[in-house]
Amino acid sequence: MDFSDTKEEAVFRTEVKNWIGKEAPTYLFKSLSASGFGSTRTGEYDPFEEAKKWQKKKADAGWACIQWPKEFGGRGAGPMDGVIWSQEEGIYSKLSGTFIIGQGMCAPTMMAYATPEQNQRYIPKIASGEEVWCQLFSEPASGSDLAGLKTRAEKDGDEWVINGQKIWTSGAHISDYGILITRTDSEVPKHRGLTMFFLDMKSAGVDIRPIKQANGDSGFNEVYFDNVRIPDAQRLGEVGGGWQVSLTTLMNERLAIGGSIATGFPEIKALVDDLTIAGGRAIDNPAVRSKLADWYAKSAGLKNTSARALTALSKGEVPGPENSIGKLVAGGMMQDIAKFGLDLQGLGGAIVDPAIADGAARLQAMLLRSPAVRIEGGTDQILRNIIAERVLGLPEELRVDKGIAFNKIPSSNS
Amino acid sequence: MNFDFSQDEKMIRDQVSKFLDQQSDTKVMRSAVDGDTRYSADVWKGLVDMGLTGTAIPAAYGGVGVGYPALCLIAEQLGAHLTPTPFSSSVYLATEAIIGFGTEAQKETWLPKLANGEIIGTIAIVETVEEVTETSIQASITGDTLTGRKLIVPDGGIADFAVVIAKSPGTMANSSLSLCIADLQHESVTRTPIETIDPSKNSTTIDFQQTPIEILGDQVDGWSAVRRIYDRAAILFAFEQIGGAQSALDMAVEYAKERFAFGRPIGSFQGLKHMMADMYVALKLAESNCYYAAWALATESEELPLAAATARVSATQAFQLCSRDNIQVHGGMGFTWEFDCHLYYRRSNYLTLQLGGLATWEDKLVSSLPDAA
Ligand SMILES: Cc1cc2nc3c(=O)[nH]c(=O)nc-3n(C[C@H](O)[C@H](O)[C@H](O)COP(=O)(O)OP(=O)(O)OC[C@H]3O[C@@H](n4cnc5c(N)ncnc54)[C@H](O)[C@@H]3O)c2cc1C
Repeated sequence: MDFSDTKEEAVFRTEVKNWIGKEAPTYLFKSLSASGFGSTRTGEYDPFEEAKKWQKKKADAGWACIQWPKEFGGRGAGPMDGVIWSQEEGIYSKLSGTFIIGQGMCAPTMMAYATPEQNQRYIPKIASGEEVWCQLFSEPASGSDLAGLKTRAEKDGDEWVINGQKIWTSGAHISDYGILITRTDSEVPKHRGLTMFFLDMKSAGVDIRPIKQANGDSGFNEVYFDNVRIPDAQRLGEVGGGWQVSLTTLMNERLAIGGSIATGFPEIKALVDDLTIAGGRAIDNPAVRSKLADWYAKSAGLKNTSARALTALSKGEVPGPENSIGKLVAGGMMQDIAKFGLDLQGLGGAIVDPAIADGAARLQAMLLRSPAVRIEGGTDQILRNIIAERVLGLPEELRVDKGIAFNKIPSSNS
Repeated sequence: MNFDFSQDEKMIRDQVSKFLDQQSDTKVMRSAVDGDTRYSADVWKGLVDMGLTGTAIPAAYGGVGVGYPALCLIAEQLGAHLTPTPFSSSVYLATEAIIGFGTEAQKETWLPKLANGEIIGTIAIVETVEEVTETSIQASITGDTLTGRKLIVPDGGIADFAVVIAKSPGTMANSSLSLCIADLQHESVTRTPIETIDPSKNSTTIDFQQTPIEILGDQVDGWSAVRRIYDRAAILFAFEQIGGAQSALDMAVEYAKERFAFGRPIGSFQGLKHMMADMYVALKLAESNCYYAAWALATESEELPLAAATARVSATQAFQLCSRDNIQVHGGMGFTWEFDCHLYYRRSNYLTLQLGGLATWEDKLVSSLPDAA
């Protein structure tokens, strides 16, 4: 057991450090430092432009998506080097949020199912951030029950014609491409009638309408499909094999979200270090210390759990469903931390103006954004089901739709 | 970075696990709880015969010296099997006190006998029903003798000697507390068994009446020495706790698959599934923190106090949660003397208190945080 860098790792770290020291957008350092979960700040600069600029710069020098093969714009690096890179990139990695879906979920799905020519064309541009991708899975009537989706794809010659609606599509409004799961057969049980595609988001008949979120931002969208035509060559996997393909995406989603997840611990620690309550330092208050210890133990537990997963990965083992715990623990924890941090400040804690609020209003932003963590990419309840069934081996829930043809299943609208 | 135990360490774990599977099912703890015995002499002998008492004792002092990661995995197995032996008191506490603070002569005298199981040690700290502080200790040393009462000493019923903390006025420049070694077989020592929530921990009250002692080490500040001993032992106790938590969780999962209600296995009800998922999550977090702490212990890392407190806090939470909800999964059966659920519940709550309760460790954790965490 050893936590120090090996010799090769140390050499690699120095190389990364040197490059980042020279090339990172230091003019954003101050704003990014004041950024918290749910509030990426770039000061007077446009966040999307800055994100693209940094990504392209990394890609040109071979530092984008370093674990991908070289021919796809990566560096062919191992998982440990990936961790070293992200440790050293540090605060500048806050710029990469825009690309998580494309790089973390769409690209791995493409690499598993698209043709070599297609991958040659698309993957390097995902790495460089020149093209942004989105994930068109959830629908108004099917989120947790993803396999209950209704968006239809009908074959017409060498093309498929798409009609229906997706919702909650993060970044659809800034995306160039997307992966789309559709229903191609309603006569068979729900998991068997699905087919996956990728498509150009500028295709005729795609209508994207931003949704205003509970925290006031507009990161996700409704996407309508009105006779949108997709060439059969852009199908991923078999006709009727879409569920299998989606599992690749979802497994990577949990890795992408779970690996480097924010927990809110640094924010609450910074607050109680400085804050005064009842005439004393907040951090000296026993109730505060008790909570702090609990949260530290949890965030350390997540960090150490992913270090174990990495060790397993670097020995060639496949990461399993146990990686579901990251988001499950962090989501609720961030909500608790934000609430507790505001509570310590009394009514003044309600202020969201970063110029006035403590810590540039990071806890307030966290309060308003964290509820979504418990929903996006699998709700807390779905994750617990997964742990219970797939890790602990407990019996499946009763499913009334099991084995029934999709068009015979009762639904909210019928 | 390599965040895993070595093959050799895992092999030792597997041997211990195999031995305990055969020798120490929960019946052994049960007979202790039933009051038939206060510890298992057979299992203890088996552990000694396997050389486990000398795991971390350097070869120069008669030990095996295979190191702390192996000892961590042994602790995990002992915890998983609820083994009622003085292993934790003798190995994680008394032995470590001598390794850490004894003089060369004391190491040469005591360690070989501890390694080969000829003698059993424990540590005697607590005097009242309040959490111990530096100023609350009343037992005192005069010249070469010790007088005072230690209210609850784990494994005090079987130990041959105890490392005792006591006042020693005038002997020390910066502290009035020292550690000393007292022979518990001496006629001036009175031991009275004391009932606790976990009878298998063999606790006793010990009265010392001008008992001959030797001071441990040379000019050792007793209070900070205990803190250091506790920090290190906390990691081993945390491994016992995750071992116990895993067993309690396994027991819950097995029962939930077999017990039927409303025409289906109770494990298919979401209320129970989610409860067990949360048990699993608490255990995983604790386990990973324990791994990190094992590394800190093995490398004498500067981060040891923080790593130890972190492992201890999360392992305490995990074992308490798993043992508590294991009872819930079992329904009425869970509240019977006959089912093992209460054994885990008892052990988890005793272990929580043994080195100072959860609040004490939460406080230590926060005190050990670096300034810009
Ligand atoms: C910020 C944000 C970004 C998102 N981005 C994307 C994206 O880019 N692409 C995309 O496709 N989707 C995206 N989503 C959608 C997300 O995946 C779904 O919202 C999520 O899967 C839940 O589905 P739902 O909203 O339909 O809720 P429902 O499935 O209707 O759930 C409602 C409640 O019922 C519970 N529930 C449902 N089924 C069960 C069950 N079997 N057992 C117990 N409880 C159950 C849920 O836990 C929840 O509490 C995003 C969501 C958010 C909030």
